[in-house]
Amino acid sequence: MAKIIVDGIEVDVPPDYTLLQAAEAAGAEVPRFCFHERLSIAGNCRMCLVEVKGGPPKPQASCAMSVRDLRPGPNGEPPVMFTKSPMVKKAREGVMEFLLINHPLDCPICDQGGECDLQDQAMAYGVDKNRFAENKRAVEDKYIGPLVKTSMNRCIHCTRCVRFTTEVAGISEMGLIGRGEDAEITTYLEKALSSELQGNVIDLCPVGALTSKPYAFHARPWELVKTEAIDVMDAVGSNIRVDVRGREVMRILPRLNEAVNEEWISDKSRFVWDGLRTQRLDRPYLRVGGKLRPASWGEAFAAIAGKVKATTGARIGAIGGDLASVEDLFALKQLLVSLGSGNFDIRQDGAALDPSKGRASYVFNPTIAGIEQADLILIVGSNPRREASVLNARIRKRWRAGGVRIGVIGEQADLTYPYEYLGAGSDTLGEIAAGRLAFGEALAKAKRPIVIVGQGALAGAAGAGVLATAAAIATAEGRDEGWNGLAVLHMAASRVGGLDVGFVPAAGGLDAAGMVKAAGAGELDLLFLLGADEIDTEALGAAFVVYIGTHGDNGAHRADVILPAAAYTEKSGTYVNTEGRVQLSNRASFPPGDAREDWAILRALSDVVGHRLPYDSLGELRRALYAAYPHLQMIDHVEPAGLGDVAALASSAGGLASTAFRNPIADFYLTNPIARASAVMAECSALAAGLVAAAAE
Amino acid sequence: MLADKDRIFTNIYGAKDWGLQGALKRGSWDGTKTILEAGRDWIVDQMKASGLRGRGGAGFSTGLKWSFMPKVNDGRPHYLVINADESEPGTCKDREILRHDPHHLVEGALIASFAMGAHVAYIYVRGEFIREREHLQAAIDQAYEARLIGKNNVHGWDMDIYVAHGAGAYICGEETALLESLEGKKGQPRLKPPFPANVGLYGCPTTVNNVESIAVAPTILRRGAAWFSSIGRPNNVGTKLFGISGHVNTPCIVEEAMGIPFRELIEKHGGGVRGGWDNLLAIIPGGASCPIIPAKDCEELIMDFDGTRAVKSSFGTAGVLVMDKSTDVIRAIARISAFFKHESCGQCTPCREGTGWMWRVLDRMARGEAEKREIDMLLQVTTQIEGHTICALGDAAAWPVQGLIRHFRPLIEERIDLYSANPKPIEREMMEAAE
Repeated sequence: MAKIIVDGIEVDVPPDYTLLQAAEAAGAEVPRFCFHERLSIAGNCRMCLVEVKGGPPKPQASCAMSVRDLRPGPNGEPPVMFTKSPMVKKAREGVMEFLLINHPLDCPICDQGGECDLQDQAMAYGVDKNRFAENKRAVEDKYIGPLVKTSMNRCIHCTRCVRFTTEVAGISEMGLIGRGEDAEITTYLEKALSSELQGNVIDLCPVGALTSKPYAFHARPWELVKTEAIDVMDAVGSNIRVDVRGREVMRILPRLNEAVNEEWISDKSRFVWDGLRTQRLDRPYLRVGGKLRPASWGEAFAAIAGKVKATTGARIGAIGGDLASVEDLFALKQLLVSLGSGNFDIRQDGAALDPSKGRASYVFNPTIAGIEQADLILIVGSNPRREASVLNARIRKRWRAGGVRIGVIGEQADLTYPYEYLGAGSDTLGEIAAGRLAFGEALAKAKRPIVIVGQGALAGAAGAGVLATAAAIATAEGRDEGWNGLAVLHMAASRVGGLDVGFVPAAGGLDAAGMVKAAGAGELDLLFLLGADEIDTEALGAAFVVYIGTHGDNGAHRADVILPAAAYTEKSGTYVNTEGRVQLSNRASFPPGDAREDWAILRALSDVVGHRLPYDSLGELRRALYAAYPHLQMIDHVEPAGLGDVAALASSAGGLASTAFRNPIADFYLTNPIARASAVMAECSALAAGLVAAAAE
Repeated sequence: MLADKDRIFTNIYGAKDWGLQGALKRGSWDGTKTILEAGRDWIVDQMKASGLRGRGGAGFSTGLKWSFMPKVNDGRPHYLVINADESEPGTCKDREILRHDPHHLVEGALIASFAMGAHVAYIYVRGEFIREREHLQAAIDQAYEARLIGKNNVHGWDMDIYVAHGAGAYICGEETALLESLEGKKGQPRLKPPFPANVGLYGCPTTVNNVESIAVAPTILRRGAAWFSSIGRPNNVGTKLFGISGHVNTPCIVEEAMGIPFRELIEKHGGGVRGGWDNLLAIIPGGASCPIIPAKDCEELIMDFDGTRAVKSSFGTAGVLVMDKSTDVIRAIARISAFFKHESCGQCTPCREGTGWMWRVLDRMARGEAEKREIDMLLQVTTQIEGHTICALGDAAAWPVQGLIRHFRPLIEERIDLYSANPKPIEREMMEAAE
């Protein structure tokens, strides 16, 4: 530890702390533009200048100088630093003046207005007079894709966006060209950014140079009601903030959670909000004479009740969708059980995950933050860049820190970091598990390896074998004490929660594929789809399909009764992310029209079919839920899953059917009903498809 | 005046053979092995004792700089980088070394590399120096052929020299920007600390030296530190290549003793100021970034680091720009300002925004199209740039303007009065044509 005196306050900080961090430790505020905790240090904005004794006799950039660079006083006194001295004040005013001379005075029409670092710091550290009598610089706006709007006159060349895209997102597509006054940030030749994390540059931009294109001119920050929620676009469970005006979601921003998403979110999470407005189911529908017609809740429930009476429990089934909350699934399962059915499944894709094998068999045991401790990462049948973009950034972060070996079995894709491509399918996995190939040898010696198993590897015929083999690798001899390297990477926000509450077929029950087959064969009379759109809805035969969901997507098209439900921003719900972290999302707005929250629909329906669920409020539902599954009340907590389960799973490793792993995500931007309803996502998807075509030429 | 026997660069005018044979005749590569055999510490001590101050402009002790290189190798290679990106307006001394006396540099590179434990030296040549690079490369090739350098050379210190050719950016003459450029990146200065001696080229210990500093080293070591330090006055010793350009009768490069009176330098070597001494208006003593010195201060001016400092200027690279009374000094400084605006890398705020601001105000002042209060404002803007930037280009851009205001404020005011009395658009002279 090193001592330093900041504005007369002595603090003890690690010697590798920067002066800026030391100042913060002492409670002194230092303005900055280019400095960002998660990016490399540029030191170019010069806003964080401070005065130091024991260093050079001019103002120093506090973001770039560390405490150990300062010399102690002649008698060994700690170095002294001032953040409020006249020299510092003058330096800040000077830098602020320079930043403003070429910055347009268009705050009234700037989307950054009200949440602009430059605006705030100009008020705090600037002067109120303008001495610049020349013409301001004019810079052409650049096209950098459908998500990020540019207004380059406002750019202050802090290069945060360049550093983010290069370092975190892993694409070298942004840069500063030209020099001096003529320096410009651009993607060069105005190419659209290809990263799934590009939206984060909007948050990073300290001025209004990079703003959200879909959100442009829609709202002002002070008009918005901010609600903390959880993202459901993938299974990472990114922490988000939903900004609402009236009842409409205007934008979605990330929240800080070091353990999950740090402060990034994927573009799908950020820009999907326009999909919350279109294609919405806002009233119940009933299929009459082959056509859907609007109906009242009573009519809809009566039709369902009629079907329930006409059949037996064994001929009723339910499939849970990818966006459902734990509460919804819990209520639906209880309803099905009360009807005497054991046919319910959360695994639309038929992944070989079985909660009876223990929780450790289906979660991302090492945790997302744990990726940073890994010394070897084996990715099996997954493209984390598409399946969990934010998690992929964490793997990249680990790779940047150095000393890690990354291997991929499955599809060979650009993951933004180099890796050893080992093979396409389960045969290679078998080889590696047996310690063959150079990578297998390294794996055998690794202390803290992570085996990331994607749904692409679990869905096929070899699924169970793959999972058991991965478990065997994770629990092999010589691993660090307590290290659990079996990492199942999910894509569906509801999956882990569904598995946690046992939303899988009871003894003798049908799984998702079984239900579809049974329905097609006329052996299933009534099928509930809780937002389940990823199954083959055309193959359901003559079964009476009840669709409880938000969007007019595949499931709704096939449905005989549509019960309009609430999207993830419109209900309070519990979601369990891929690492098994329980997170509670809050309601930001209300469902449209007659739509209701899913649990309330199920509670009302249960009454009509004569099996009333024992709760009248969400609170009561949660009490019942927590009584049945106590770990779900530990919000923001990852219950460490037992290594024993993984070991038991490993011992079941046997035959590994030969198969190639297939990437389950065909189109990153269109993976769920909300995204498919979004015009912005459609544009991104078309652009991405075009990029692929261009690359093939 | 420096005696001929004390000259280091004996072929600076290119009258003789610049190649290896000629260089050998003139004493290069003589006893180099003996120097290396004396050991690394001896060389560094001799360089320190010689009092040689870096010839790139900042005037930091060369021996001391060499001594900063880690003594014990931690596994990383050491590098010597020679800065031949001589781009400062008014400076053209290294160019003469490169094309007429390149073996001084090649030999110096070997000795300096040995003294800092480096087996590789890079010479970063300015983009515009085409012929100079060719001569230098030829000299290096000759040295390789004669096994003076390279693997298993006659001197017993494996040593490779690579010539890198810049693309013509002034900022790449800043040592860390030069390193970035050498690494193939955009030439933008790095933050210091860490200094290149710890983390330099490719993250390895590196020393960046000016061409002249390296080229004089062999002769100093051959003739002894005492010889070198006996020339000039204390703290400003040795010989130095002076460049004389501008309004003199015979512009030239000349090797002279440090501490030569300015008047003697001009009259002996420059053929005197055009139109006589009394026609002198001002000089810029060491390349465009040094503050201007008016004629009245030139009378007693001693041309060395301390002499120029005494008149609030700096010695720089000793490339003297002489301006006679026909010069529009405001226009001249505005042109220098335009240069720095054009060459600012754009990385950090004060320089990126400030250089353009200064240039625009000066451009108006040159026409008189300004307010008198803007003079103080301009001076204040220069202080907002100076010392607030990552590298010294901000300072270099600010000093000429400060010098102008310090010495020629009445002239600026007069120009403004003239314009306000008759504010008609003055036909702008085509500055572009003069370039």
